[in-house]
Amino acid sequence: MSDEPIVQFQGVTKSFGDLVVLDSFDLDVAPNEHISVIGPSGSGKSTLLRVLMTIERIDSGTIKVDGDYLWHMEREGRLVPANEAHLRKVRGKVGMVFQQFNLFPHMSALRNVTEAPIHVLGMAKEEATERAVELLNMVGLSDKMESFPAQLSGGQQQRVAIARALAMRPKVMMFDEVTSALDPELVGEVLGVMRTLATEHALTMIIVTHQMGFAREISDRICFIEGGRIVEQGPPDRIFSAPESERTRAFLKAVLEV
Amino acid sequence: MREDVSLLVFARELLLAAPVTIEITLGAAVLAFAMSILFGLARLSRIWLVRALARIYVEFFRGSSALVQLFWLFYVLPHFGILLEPITVGIVGLGLNAGAYGAEIVRGAVIAVDRGQYEAATALNFSRSRTMIRIILPQALVAMMPPFGNLFIELLKGTALVSLITITDITFRAAQLNVFTLQSMEIFSVAINVYLVLALAIIFFMRSMERRLGRGLGRVGGVS
Repeated sequence: MSDEPIVQFQGVTKSFGDLVVLDSFDLDVAPNEHISVIGPSGSGKSTLLRVLMTIERIDSGTIKVDGDYLWHMEREGRLVPANEAHLRKVRGKVGMVFQQFNLFPHMSALRNVTEAPIHVLGMAKEEATERAVELLNMVGLSDKMESFPAQLSGGQQQRVAIARALAMRPKVMMFDEVTSALDPELVGEVLGVMRTLATEHALTMIIVTHQMGFAREISDRICFIEGGRIVEQGPPDRIFSAPESERTRAFLKAVLEV
Repeated sequence: MREDVSLLVFARELLLAAPVTIEITLGAAVLAFAMSILFGLARLSRIWLVRALARIYVEFFRGSSALVQLFWLFYVLPHFGILLEPITVGIVGLGLNAGAYGAEIVRGAVIAVDRGQYEAATALNFSRSRTMIRIILPQALVAMMPPFGNLFIELLKGTALVSLITITDITFRAAQLNVFTLQSMEIFSVAINVYLVLALAIIFFMRSMERRLGRGLGRVGGVS
């Protein structure tokens, strides 16, 4: 792709103790590309998202978001570790939806969505509310604005979480196994929202998922990760119908036969 | 032979002393709560020195006798030219002491908030202070209420110590009446019940605070 990548991992390594979860990891993501990351559990998929969200630190390598280093800043021509101000500036371009929703339990659905625009972006309350109502409509929750998370089903909570992340207008949205904690009958409503996002909005999406059919349907590219490295990547049709790597084949065989 | 004084007279006398006990309890509780939040959060600071100072405060006031702390404020501070009203000594001494325990309550409640809440706050780009004030503390406060209820009841009972620094609280008055009348059984039975009623008021207040703060947290009126 000719576009400058919006996300660029270069030689990123991350370990927890002796366990290497990202092993000189390289990945370029083009603007508005939809990437699904698949792989066995413990392969580093979630960590990949978490270091890009600055929830976990990286040990070495660099990550660039929209042209800026994420974990570093340039000072007198040298790269030094990013300070809090720099992190906040670059992090603002990225948003994330979590497996466990992580809604704020003491706030209504509406306030979950308006809280950050008002208190982080400094948006006026009226404007933030207007946008939040729009977003909650989009995810099909116009009648649940005043409900608290505990009063919502898992699927509804996850849709609020998507609206909440979108309210910050990220350029890159990450979805970390967002349907894994849901009852099977609630998975569809969340995937439906993501499908709308993928088809009707200009948004870079990085999706970690076990929903292979969904990944195949909405992704421009599938990355199969194992042992903290990309084993194989390519267009969904090729990965799913004719994987080159033996490990990809074994993984797909295992998950698709369930 | 002396005429026995009736229970009602003792009750009236002790209730007349109750406002002093209540004043010290309330004053010390407010101070303790403020110190708890301040030092509980300081214990979690990223700055080493702040953590160390908070640690010193907690260990000092937890680790030495509350009575001796009161005596120190009462008898030693005047040597440095600081002469406090006995009531003030009671409030400050007991408040600082309870605050040391309260700081641990705050620290524990903040740590206990689900990690996912911090992660969501990071993902929404909240600053550290906003995360604490708007996301973490409102949830932690609910969890703090039961242990703070305990602490404030301990504090109420601890106010009996101020009877030893010349303050006429319930305990002081009871001891006085005992000397005058020698009707120990009646006097101290009434005194116990006066404390009990005050403790019940604290329990009731803390329960209602817990309910109010917990509204919407899924503990009251939640579906799941």
